[in-house]
Amino acid sequence: MSERIRFLPAGERALVVECGETIDPAVNAKVVGLAASLSAKPIPGVIESTASYRSLLVLFDPMRVGEGSVKRQLSRRLRSLSTDVSASAPSDIVELPVCYGGAYGPDLNDVAAHTGLTAEEVVRRHSAAVYRVYMIGFMPGFPYLGGLPDELATPRLSTPRALIPAGSVGIGGNQTGVYPLDSPGGWRLIGRTPRRLYDVNSSKPVLLAAGDGVRFIPISSEEYARLEGIKPEARP
Amino acid sequence: MSGVVGLEILSPGPLTTVQDMGRFGMLGGGVCPSGALDQTAVRLANALAGNASYGNDAPAALEMTLLGVAAVFRTDTVFAVTGAAMPLTLNGQPINAYESIRASAGDELRCGFATTGCRAYLAVAGGFVVPRVMGSRSTHLKCGFGGFEGRKLRAGDVLPMSVVGSGVKAGVKVNPSMIHPAADQPWVVRVADGPQLDRFSKPAIHEFLGAEYVVSSQSDRMGVRLDGPAFTSEKGSDILSDGIPLGAIQITNSGQPIVLLADRQTIGGYAKPFVVIEADMPIMAQVRPGEKVRFRRTSMREARRLSALEWTETALKIRRIEDQHSGVTQILGFRIRGG
Repeated sequence: MSERIRFLPAGERALVVECGETIDPAVNAKVVGLAASLSAKPIPGVIESTASYRSLLVLFDPMRVGEGSVKRQLSRRLRSLSTDVSASAPSDIVELPVCYGGAYGPDLNDVAAHTGLTAEEVVRRHSAAVYRVYMIGFMPGFPYLGGLPDELATPRLSTPRALIPAGSVGIGGNQTGVYPLDSPGGWRLIGRTPRRLYDVNSSKPVLLAAGDGVRFIPISSEEYARLEGIKPEARP
Repeated sequence: MSGVVGLEILSPGPLTTVQDMGRFGMLGGGVCPSGALDQTAVRLANALAGNASYGNDAPAALEMTLLGVAAVFRTDTVFAVTGAAMPLTLNGQPINAYESIRASAGDELRCGFATTGCRAYLAVAGGFVVPRVMGSRSTHLKCGFGGFEGRKLRAGDVLPMSVVGSGVKAGVKVNPSMIHPAADQPWVVRVADGPQLDRFSKPAIHEFLGAEYVVSSQSDRMGVRLDGPAFTSEKGSDILSDGIPLGAIQITNSGQPIVLLADRQTIGGYAKPFVVIEADMPIMAQVRPGEKVRFRRTSMREARRLSALEWTETALKIRRIEDQHSGVTQILGFRIRGG
């Protein structure tokens, strides 16, 4: 199950470590493990890295470290990463309370209609799964989640919304995710979490990290209001 | 406005933002680096304004796009403007770019429409003092944080400035860093191989490298969009999303290239066959809509040599600026400290 590691060029001050070809928890675990190793024990001259589904982009300063040396050190670290299967299990499970349906999830009934399930069943299946954060990107704090049950897949809206409130939980094709910021978007909105995935004023501005697990916990609109600290009558 | 120490903006120009060298260590959280696009020009501006000793922790400067600010200094200071060639006046009198200039409280600076280049930098002694967000003073325009209130400047803004500045020497000069192509000639931008070059056929690569592209007016701090012959791959341009380095040339499904800059997304799903070398990133900051660009492929080794050369040249210029500031003169290669 050991996939071939490939080093790809990315200009003269970066390289890509490709750990596989597919979206796969074991491949992603290697990427995340290598990124964690670089944070814990930096290679001198390596500036930072970006983890994605199956590869790690490593930025370095060619005036301080040679590309060959970076590759050798990365290879050595990859070999010493745990080959244990459990390494592909999420490092940390973050629970996100979600108020499904109603004003927070205006497309829940459309998802139910498309999937042939009841709205309650969509919520039950969506909140039963543990999702893997494969990577953070697109916008600050946005998690690309894997693990949406196949039967919940629903096409995106044909016309994206101009404004989706932060915290909205959506389904787009076979993906599910949470919008960390108010933004435009085309995913079907099924609920909203009062937890902030991105808070510029926090000491940890981005809540989730690649390799984390995420579980959605259904809550009532009263609970949502309590968690968000707003009065129920001020709810949308 | 007496008692306010800072720079009062009378007219901001179309897009003026506070930028430093960028925000690092947050790529994994999806936060792009932001920061000055022409890092050579901003380093020279900071050095001229007496800020060289800060190194990579350079104080924040203003990045002005095509048309600069009209502004009044509300403190005595020394400042410098570099980058795009904007006609400059202080109290109506013409002043030079790439030179440190003394200003007194009440003096009015006007930066006009750039005759060449796209982005100019205004640095002041000690820098513009705005809070650091995630370690940087750079403006993150898309998310509205950092810089001055997370946004581009408006008329009436007063940018807080350090008061350390009035002791810095005026009249320190340096040569502009960039050589612009003759009118109607394309910029030649050198590129090194990117991660998805192998998706493109040899003839397609050959055609891309021989083609001339025109800078689109849709370009912004995220990327320079280019119009020209489609650079397509029979395998398609969609890839499993991966990390995007600065300067990556992303090819969309229509085959049009976008050179990604400091405000890029951190991860993207389009093929990146080439990456602009570091030495030529200042060109990507200075190209104007309608100008032409050609790409020339270099080996990794050559790319490293060229980028190291560019870095060394800038470092030497900064050293000479520091020497002028501290009264050291060079005679026959010996550094002599003067009075």
